[in-house]
Amino acid sequence: MRARDVSVVLHLFSRSARLQKKRATLTIASIAWGTVTILLLLAFGEGLKRQLSTNEKAMGENLAIHWPGATSRVWKGLPEGRPIRPRIDDIEALRERIPEADVWGEMRTGRTNLTYGRKTVNGQLSGVNWIYGDPRKHYPRPGGRFLNARDEEEKRRVVFLGYEMAEDLFGKEDPVGKTLLINNSPFTVIGVMQKKTQTSAYGGQDKNHAVIPITTFKAVMGRDNLWVLVIHARRSEEMEAVLAHANEVMAARYGYDPKDDHVWGIWNTVKGQAVGDKIRLGMEIFFGIIGALTLVIGCVGVANIMYAVVKERTREIGVKMALGARRGWITGPFLLEGMLYTFVGGLAGAAIAIVIVTMLDMIPQEGARVLQFMGKPTLSWPIGAATVAILGTAGLLAGYFPARRAAAIDPAATLRYE
Amino acid sequence: MTAQARIIEMEGIRKVYDTGKVKVEALKGIDLVVTPGEFVAIVGPSGSGKSTLMNLVGCLDTPTNGRYRLAGEDVSKFGRDDLADVRNRRVGFVFQGFNLLPQISAFENVEMPLVFGGVSPRERKRRVEELLSRVGLGDRMEHKPTELSGGQMQRVAIARALAMKPDVLLADEPTGNLDSSAGGDIMELFSELWKQGGTVVVITHDMTLARRASRIVEIHDGRIVTDKPAAA
Repeated sequence: MRARDVSVVLHLFSRSARLQKKRATLTIASIAWGTVTILLLLAFGEGLKRQLSTNEKAMGENLAIHWPGATSRVWKGLPEGRPIRPRIDDIEALRERIPEADVWGEMRTGRTNLTYGRKTVNGQLSGVNWIYGDPRKHYPRPGGRFLNARDEEEKRRVVFLGYEMAEDLFGKEDPVGKTLLINNSPFTVIGVMQKKTQTSAYGGQDKNHAVIPITTFKAVMGRDNLWVLVIHARRSEEMEAVLAHANEVMAARYGYDPKDDHVWGIWNTVKGQAVGDKIRLGMEIFFGIIGALTLVIGCVGVANIMYAVVKERTREIGVKMALGARRGWITGPFLLEGMLYTFVGGLAGAAIAIVIVTMLDMIPQEGARVLQFMGKPTLSWPIGAATVAILGTAGLLAGYFPARRAAAIDPAATLRYE
Repeated sequence: MTAQARIIEMEGIRKVYDTGKVKVEALKGIDLVVTPGEFVAIVGPSGSGKSTLMNLVGCLDTPTNGRYRLAGEDVSKFGRDDLADVRNRRVGFVFQGFNLLPQISAFENVEMPLVFGGVSPRERKRRVEELLSRVGLGDRMEHKPTELSGGQMQRVAIARALAMKPDVLLADEPTGNLDSSAGGDIMELFSELWKQGGTVVVITHDMTLARRASRIVEIHDGRIVTDKPAAA
């Protein structure tokens, strides 16, 4: 395109008739509506995606929970059907052999009496290694802490409470530093878990249990058998290798066939995460397509009006052609006009969407249960870029097809006096 | 006479309109030569092919067969954009229905072909003012076409046709839509332009206008039947 083409097109554009106000307004409004729809759908999708992901990950990521079972194969003279019962000292052995992963054990009782003052709650008690805290997202509220290495070493009588259990026992009181009785032994509360929306769990929701050091649990309850053995890979790609390695270590210690898959019942969350990611991506694509279709309808409206304009201005176009206008000089102003409406409409729509999303953002998530699962609509740069790309393409097409019709006008046929 | 001295040179021009099933032969072999400074009137009954001839002469359309040289350039096989450039530089159109752009002023209407021709804004202003003064509308430059009378509109159209200093002024029934007084003024304007050395081709069945021409070409059924100097 030469500089002269640009200057001629701009000259014609500046002097060509605009749409009547009403038509222009309706056209812009339809584009704005489409833009609002696509932005809100994508924003809700993004919010939902993030929230689902957060909720799903509230239990922790890259975990492999091992429930002990029994052998199903004869191995080196040992019979099948032998139960395998891992103990606390297995944890240390595993840590030595697979330093690239975190390993902890969990013990539990289903119904334990926890008493504070005159209030007794029958709840779940877990004994865990202190490293459990971070990977299992047991983040303490300000003023408290989770279990640490010394608690475990010294078998301290300290307890970390799920927030619902804390509320059941202490009401509005701050539990940290208070003493409660677990099976009639006194324990000091060192921390309370922060709220989280958890959508996956093994053996109950984290908000409802009390956590004590695994060494203390053993001392108080007189048990050494683990309820579950958990392996936390630091990176999801390493999970398979870590699991294979851990199985070999345990097979050697307990004398079972490493290929025997009845020894452990394993929940590997990495697999679930991959499925979840796909579902969320699918959801986002679905929302995007619906939004894009709405926007396309708006652009069809623009194209339709532009077609009508081409028809109305047929004679003018013929006159310009007779005076020596090239095809590009005829189509240029139509393309510009189509893009102008799309641009203004898109801008208006984006502004409205931003206002709506900002207002929704001001609603507190606390107490609004729906929002805990739905998440908050979120506008992100990728969403903005996608919308701009769709709008731009649609705007070009909305101007292009009518412009092509305009260029196809036969000047000889339009100039006769009727 | 050299080829360069011929503005219009048509040889064996045929034009067939293919309307699906029926083929209509509008021109059945036209030979026509127009030299600079001629004032040619093309007359004939409606349906005789005059309008088709006008479209071809004005490069709004291309012939099915035959050769057409406009100011020495063979335009018979030109593409659309090249034809647009030829129309811009070489042909000035005047139509029965004026065909001014309604939403812009007389000034901007006359300016339009100069914009297409790539003339600088300053030169455009100078030329448009001169042309509009020449057709007696120096005081109406900012008026929209709807604010002008028929005769005035046609004079704006003539100014527009002359803007690019075309080789030929091509008019299709220029007085057909005017009352006799305004029509007379327009005829007078054409005569003047001719006397100043312009080449004019007018398609008309108004014999008063045709008689002002230097030559009358009569078309009937797609063929030239008579071609003779106008009776003085």
